[in-house]
Amino acid sequence: MQIGKEKLLWMLEKMHQIRFYEETMAAVYMEGKLPPAIQKGLAFDIGAGPVPGEMHLAAGQEPVAVGVCAHLNDDDTVVGTHRPHHFAIAKGVPLDAMTAEMFGKVTGLGKGKGGHMHLFDNAHKFSCSGIVGASMPIACGAALAAKKMGKNWVSVAFFGEGAANQGSFHESMNLAALWKLPVIFVCEDNQWAISVPKAKATSVDWVTDRAAGYGIPGIRVAENDALHVFESIAPAITRARHGEGPSLIEVKTDRYFGHFQGDPETYRPKDEVSRLRVNDPIPKLAQMLKDKSFLTDQEEAALVKKTHEAVTQAFEFARTSAYPQAADALLDVFVQEHSHNWTPA
Amino acid sequence: MKTNRILTMAQAISEAMAQEMTRNADVFVMGEDIGSYGGIFGATGGLLDKFGKDRVMDTPISETAFIGAATGAAAAGLRPIVELMFVDFFGVCMDQIYNHLAKNTYMSGGHVKLPVVLTTAIGGGYSDAAQHSQCLYATFAHMPGLKIVVPSNAYDAKGLMIQAIRDDNPVMFMYHKGIMGLPWMSYLSGSSNAVPEDSYTIPFGQAHVMKEGTDLTIVSISQMAQKSMLAANELAEQGIHAEVIDLRTLVPMDTETVLKSVRKTGRLLVADEDYLGFGLTGEIAGLIAENLDTIKLKAPIKRLAVPNVPIPYSRPMEQFVIPQVGGIVNAALNLMDSITLQKQVA
Repeated sequence: MQIGKEKLLWMLEKMHQIRFYEETMAAVYMEGKLPPAIQKGLAFDIGAGPVPGEMHLAAGQEPVAVGVCAHLNDDDTVVGTHRPHHFAIAKGVPLDAMTAEMFGKVTGLGKGKGGHMHLFDNAHKFSCSGIVGASMPIACGAALAAKKMGKNWVSVAFFGEGAANQGSFHESMNLAALWKLPVIFVCEDNQWAISVPKAKATSVDWVTDRAAGYGIPGIRVAENDALHVFESIAPAITRARHGEGPSLIEVKTDRYFGHFQGDPETYRPKDEVSRLRVNDPIPKLAQMLKDKSFLTDQEEAALVKKTHEAVTQAFEFARTSAYPQAADALLDVFVQEHSHNWTPA
Repeated sequence: MKTNRILTMAQAISEAMAQEMTRNADVFVMGEDIGSYGGIFGATGGLLDKFGKDRVMDTPISETAFIGAATGAAAAGLRPIVELMFVDFFGVCMDQIYNHLAKNTYMSGGHVKLPVVLTTAIGGGYSDAAQHSQCLYATFAHMPGLKIVVPSNAYDAKGLMIQAIRDDNPVMFMYHKGIMGLPWMSYLSGSSNAVPEDSYTIPFGQAHVMKEGTDLTIVSISQMAQKSMLAANELAEQGIHAEVIDLRTLVPMDTETVLKSVRKTGRLLVADEDYLGFGLTGEIAGLIAENLDTIKLKAPIKRLAVPNVPIPYSRPMEQFVIPQVGGIVNAALNLMDSITLQKQVA
């Protein structure tokens, strides 16, 4: 599939935005979590600061998100994982409401009820889940709905290589293949399931080897490269849009941060991240654009400035937004009754 | 809506589904053996012939995948009815039921609408042992985010099912096998009753006073409500007038009807087929305890339920652990005989 200048620039811009978002979050997240502001004797307090709770960042994994989402539009569904920011940003989820959600503010996507692992944006058909392997069944449902409605919409389930060993993987692959659902299953192989390397948890080198067991195509993407991801998965998108069924994609990618912020990362070599960063996909894509004369240094600087400003504004919006009223906790267990548009009998 | 047409609960449920599927093209059904078989317990009988395989979909034995798919399809705008064959099978798919279907609306701040009806068979009494005989409605009622409907008869089942399908929230519709009116399992015939052909709804959170009485209140649900009625009839022959309340839905629960009745009778027996510990009987007892400022109890509260053991296979043991009509009668008689609280205090 030929890719134009505009889409390449979009990918670069989104990757810059994701990277700056994650780096900003990494810094903001640590506010208030370290001594001496916390309980004496603790090294770190996960529940303190403006962004409390767990935080899983995706710096390094940008190519998976932008390479896939570059094929999608607003009608397509994306279901992400516990590490969801790169998918959300690539799918077009507004940065302000997303960030406010992580700050627990009333202006957040879920009015502060979800937090960073539970981002829901109906307008962009984006959701995610903190449960490993849970994206796949739900993406099957979105695809089933598209099929029943006679639309050529596709849905994408992102999941990590660790999730490929969950029962939901097997059930969803079989169901989607059986019913020819327009799903693209995208496995992000960052080599680490928290602390356990893939080789110690997975029976095959490539999760895509399992695709044959479901009679569906398996596509390997061995490079952490946005353009490569985009081009490699094009047949899967086409296949889904034409009603021919699902595909299983696996992308080798790199996790620059720990599993969560505060992870001591005792399980991986000290120099692993610096070695991974040598192959940073962002300067690589920028260089390629410059080689094609699609981008000058000045234009890149302007693009970076623009994306950084948007991120900074989103954090400012989140920081200055109000908290929900405490008793708002009692609302939204159920949606308003009878909001559907037909007359009760 | 006067009618003399008697339906079984299974027939009433499938009729409700058919009427809603006719009315709204977004409604569809999926689950194991719900197509040509018509559902192992008959809840989807005849639907495949009426609506075809695109709207009545047999699934692989993959509860995580298809219940999760129901959540995804509902979020996308459809109204799935999805069947978990036995409630006991929740262990293979609870993550999708509880961490997703029940929570996504809340975690989205009320933005994600999930109009899913999750039907499932409950109950024992026919020697199906510990993995196919549980009720477990209290387990699901305990955890926020699911409406819990547990009908005791065909009339209620139809109205509650139509209400469930029209609800924009996840509803668990739990039918007891021993009141479905199946041709291959004995059932309490009070559950088959007159059902109008026209469509109608029964709002959630409205208990049904099945029988009025002045001496004691029996609170129950599902098949146990039918047993309670049989017990109340025996008690009436002995001059004891029990008021029998069928809660019909656990979430939301009609607490007012229960409180009003116990204020009147001063005696409460809760009869339940779920486990005794941390369940419906304790919930109702707690409700009364919290309202003792307006209730004068004449006797301590009595709870009947499965005594915290898995359901045994062998008939004498199973009949022993699941409350029976005779047990309800005896418990009621004990309540009437017991020294009143006032006397104890004096």
